[in-house]
Amino acid sequence: MTRFVERHPAWALIVIIAIAVALWLIFAVWPPGLEDAIGRKRVFLNAVFNGITLGGLYFLVASGFTLIFGLMRNVNLAHGSLYLFGGYVGYAISASTGSWILAFIVAFILTALVGVLLQVLVFRRMEGQDLRQTMVTIGLSIVFADLMLWACGGDFYQIQTPNWLIGPIELPLITAVKSSGEPVYLRYPLVRLVIFLASVIIGVAMWLALNRTRIGMIIRAGVDDRDILAATGVRIQIVFVLVFALGAGLAGIAGVVGGTFQSLSPGEDIRFLLASLVVVIVGGMGSIPGAALGALIIGLAEQLGSVYIPTYAIVVTFLIMVLVLALRPQGLLARR
Amino acid sequence: MLKGSLGLIALSSLLLSGTAFAQEKIKVGVTATLEGTYTVLGEDGIRGFQTALNVLGKKVGDKELEFVIASTDATPDSAVRAVRKLIEQDKVQILLSPLSGDEGIAVKNFAKTHPELTFINAASGAQETTYVDPAPNFFRYNMDGAQWQVGLGKYAYDEKKYRKIATVGEDYSFIYTQVFGLVLEFCGAGGQVTNRQWVPLGTKDFASVIAALPDDVDAIYLGLGGADAVNFLNQYQQAGGKAHLMGGSIMIDQTILSSKGNAKNALIGTLAASGQADTWEDPGWQKFVKDYQDAFPPNKRFPSPSLLATNYYGSTMALILALRQVNGDLSDNQSKYKAALAKIELDAPNGKIKLDANRQAIGTNFVTEVVDDGKGALFSKVVKVIPNVNQTLGYDPAVFAKIGLPSRTVPECKKY
Repeated sequence: MTRFVERHPAWALIVIIAIAVALWLIFAVWPPGLEDAIGRKRVFLNAVFNGITLGGLYFLVASGFTLIFGLMRNVNLAHGSLYLFGGYVGYAISASTGSWILAFIVAFILTALVGVLLQVLVFRRMEGQDLRQTMVTIGLSIVFADLMLWACGGDFYQIQTPNWLIGPIELPLITAVKSSGEPVYLRYPLVRLVIFLASVIIGVAMWLALNRTRIGMIIRAGVDDRDILAATGVRIQIVFVLVFALGAGLAGIAGVVGGTFQSLSPGEDIRFLLASLVVVIVGGMGSIPGAALGALIIGLAEQLGSVYIPTYAIVVTFLIMVLVLALRPQGLLARR
Repeated sequence: MLKGSLGLIALSSLLLSGTAFAQEKIKVGVTATLEGTYTVLGEDGIRGFQTALNVLGKKVGDKELEFVIASTDATPDSAVRAVRKLIEQDKVQILLSPLSGDEGIAVKNFAKTHPELTFINAASGAQETTYVDPAPNFFRYNMDGAQWQVGLGKYAYDEKKYRKIATVGEDYSFIYTQVFGLVLEFCGAGGQVTNRQWVPLGTKDFASVIAALPDDVDAIYLGLGGADAVNFLNQYQQAGGKAHLMGGSIMIDQTILSSKGNAKNALIGTLAASGQADTWEDPGWQKFVKDYQDAFPPNKRFPSPSLLATNYYGSTMALILALRQVNGDLSDNQSKYKAALAKIELDAPNGKIKLDANRQAIGTNFVTEVVDDGKGALFSKVVKVIPNVNQTLGYDPAVFAKIGLPSRTVPECKKY
């Protein structure tokens, strides 16, 4: 951080000013002139919160994707299928048992198992052949998509939100002041906040596991140089399987989350594959903090775009990707 | 996107195995949105098509009809690709296509490059398709989006006493046409449409759209369909939304009313208008519902046919009945068949249908309200039936032309 400030003082200043403006926009009561210019504060605050919570979902999908890429250099284009598979499993469990939490656990385990199978049966056989792996995973994603269409049909599935999570709560953020002087607080769907919190916890746990544990050390060493790591006697194949299982399991969890606050249907696999590709390209391939930053930027861009420039909302995320590729092709937080 | 770019998959061909005698066959190509946001709509459209085949049979004189089905994803290019594939590879002679608004405009334009073939619209409802520069070989036996809204604006103003409404709709031609019909009538009656929001087709996260809905209106009109409608309702419920709702023709439809989960309950009491009403007493309609129900097991269909099933049924009916009138004669660039199609009057399940000079349907429209049947299933209950709705919505054609084509901002909210 300090190094960044020393090396790029002008950029650091711009970033600090931008953060200050954003904080003021969020916490201050807007003067009437501003409301006339860019609309009500409630709309703005909602868009920001939605962007952040959507970023949480994107992070869950993209972190597994980037973890797998970082260690194994596999571009797993069947990652979106794992997301959708996790979602369908979650729906089946929550519909039959009524338990939302159990849906997460089972979805995690089953998609992790699929991930293990993928690693053992597919990727291990073509290690180091990037193009072949990419083509095979594209093929697999099509096969999975049609299998799931066959099994689940084209219907929309929604995982039932548990009763204690339905409805909005009031946040201590003032959106407006009534003429009587009484402040109006922001009302926000509870389920999105809980999901966001969960993705933060998962992100922090992953960071801790990578940076503070022995297995994390092995994985980081593998990211840097897996041949040397294998030469030191670590059984690298087991590490690969573990990481693949974790990455796939995270996609499964994300599927349950996505099925709860959006919906599951054929085509979602491709959408989330695309989203996670954009996220990791913006954040930097292979970097977990990069995935978090990328997810946040893309989520915010989508939501703010859909409110303030609805016609061009779809383009905004890709514009960001183009900009990043042009100015910093390795991604915002990539080390190399 | 990946799937789309990999080309079209002919999902199934309803081939009958060859009988002892080699029969002459007439090949018909069918497209439906079996991918993407409108998958459920496409699937039910195909159910309506199959119901029509069950009722009418596949024989025309001594010829046998053979069908090839191709999948699209509601984008115009996917529809043109599918139609081109059906014509060039499968050598179909008649097309039953497409399902969605933008697809309709594209296929109509494509139809002009094949004047020798016949195109029968399956279910698409953009106004432009038959109103602007119509193709002489393109026939539409369903009404357009604006015709399907006739009666809604006046009923909302007079009976529900709504004075100010806002709209949220998907950003493409069919919904423009629906909002066009609504605004024209509601503003004509004296109401105000304060805000029109447009969201891209396939939007998943509506939270910000929901937050931007105005508070100071009597009702919010939803022009959404398929997955978008379900996502909107789910997030609307999570956000604690309480406003009165009004719905477009594919919003208040079995594709949404029988979706899984309880988000659809937000729609109970919602006022809507469409080319059909689930609980209409008419014997023709009741027979169609029963045919549809008998054709599929309950878990493979909706409790009652959706608007798409009805449209595909009507279009298939026109296709087969006109073909029988000319005894399967497709000679001379199908000219006899086209003449028969232009003249035919259908006794469709949702009322009598005949075509105008642009080969666009004149039919019956229904204002409906969503009711719970007491067992948790939702249906649209008819509150008003309006017969003989034409494409200019009863306006003088010269006046109607001045209003302009449906778009994000047309028509203005005023009396024309």
